[in-house]
Amino acid sequence: MLRAVGATLAVLLALAQTAVADTTDPQADFKAFRAYFTKRFPKVPLNDFVNGPYSMDADLRKQWVAIDEFPPYQFALDKGQEMFGTPFKNGKTYGDCFANKGIGIRQNYPYFDEKTGEIITLELALNRCRQANGEEALSYVKDDMAALTAYMAFTSRGQPFDIKIPSDPRALAAYENGKKYFYSRRGQLNFACSSCHVQSPGEHIHTEVLAPALGIVAALPIYRSEWGGMGTTSRRLLTCNSQTRGVPLEPQDENYRDVEYFLSYMSNGLPISGPGARP
Amino acid sequence: MKSILAALIVATLAAITLAEPSLAASTETDYKTALAAAEAAEKEAGNLKNQWLPTEQALAAAKKAAAANDFDAAVKQAQQAETLAKASIFQAKEQDDAWKAAVIR
Repeated sequence: MLRAVGATLAVLLALAQTAVADTTDPQADFKAFRAYFTKRFPKVPLNDFVNGPYSMDADLRKQWVAIDEFPPYQFALDKGQEMFGTPFKNGKTYGDCFANKGIGIRQNYPYFDEKTGEIITLELALNRCRQANGEEALSYVKDDMAALTAYMAFTSRGQPFDIKIPSDPRALAAYENGKKYFYSRRGQLNFACSSCHVQSPGEHIHTEVLAPALGIVAALPIYRSEWGGMGTTSRRLLTCNSQTRGVPLEPQDENYRDVEYFLSYMSNGLPISGPGARP
Repeated sequence: MKSILAALIVATLAAITLAEPSLAASTETDYKTALAAAEAAEKEAGNLKNQWLPTEQALAAAKKAAAANDFDAAVKQAQQAETLAKASIFQAKEQDDAWKAAVIR
């Protein structure tokens, strides 16, 4: 009799644990995520996580400090400022599409759009702004988009991420999908985003030092020496996929937007540091 | 003795022929069958948003070999593509639930 009761209790306990594990609780995830990185890297100041590999490797940091005297993203920044202020053919500007005329708002992206029920990234918002004003969409992976987002990030430097997840089942579903994408293995190499950026930050892949997932989106867009140019968030995600020998999704695919939403929420409170420079 | 030897040779040749059907040259029909199977599997992987680059490369190599009338190579590449596509499908279905074990708690 006692055995039967014990077995029943064990089954019920297991079911309860599964139910808890399956519940979407962004705040609990946030606390656990932050605790994981701060405990693993106790010497790294919290706000320094946004500096990615430079927060993990002293020698690399010295190189970065030297490089940043003449930032390699400066040309993109200048170009972005000029593009941002240049009116469309109809006389309106990018600023007309955004709150506060688009200045100092980077930290609020991506956000959940209650009207459409989807995640809106800054890159998507910029292209929708263009299309609403009769202009063609820009490539999500090329220099013009990188320049525009570089300028907008620059106007938000130091502002803490402030990503909101409203208690709307669609927002929670998008968050959960982004979380699932982040932790799912893919590609012939069977790597998840978390394989590198949770399990192995600070370690080397060839000559590169892997960045921690905490704050990883804060420096975007970035100039990468490996690319010999600027790269958008879209480019970063596509490249990660192909590095695992997976076929990348279309830029701004729902999965990419959702994983950016998840990672940005995990970075809440950390300062925007973009545009950045990486090896 | 000669008849026994002749029978052994015939039996050996017959065994080799039966045991090694791949020695026979592949035909265009074989290639089309293998390609259709590979493309069907890759399409399913695409629906799961989990295609692999090597699968695409093997499919391209199969088509290139077929265009050069090298159907042995074309069939081999198409079969390789199907194997890879099926592995990516398995991965996607397995990860549909397995990802939860990796979540920071």
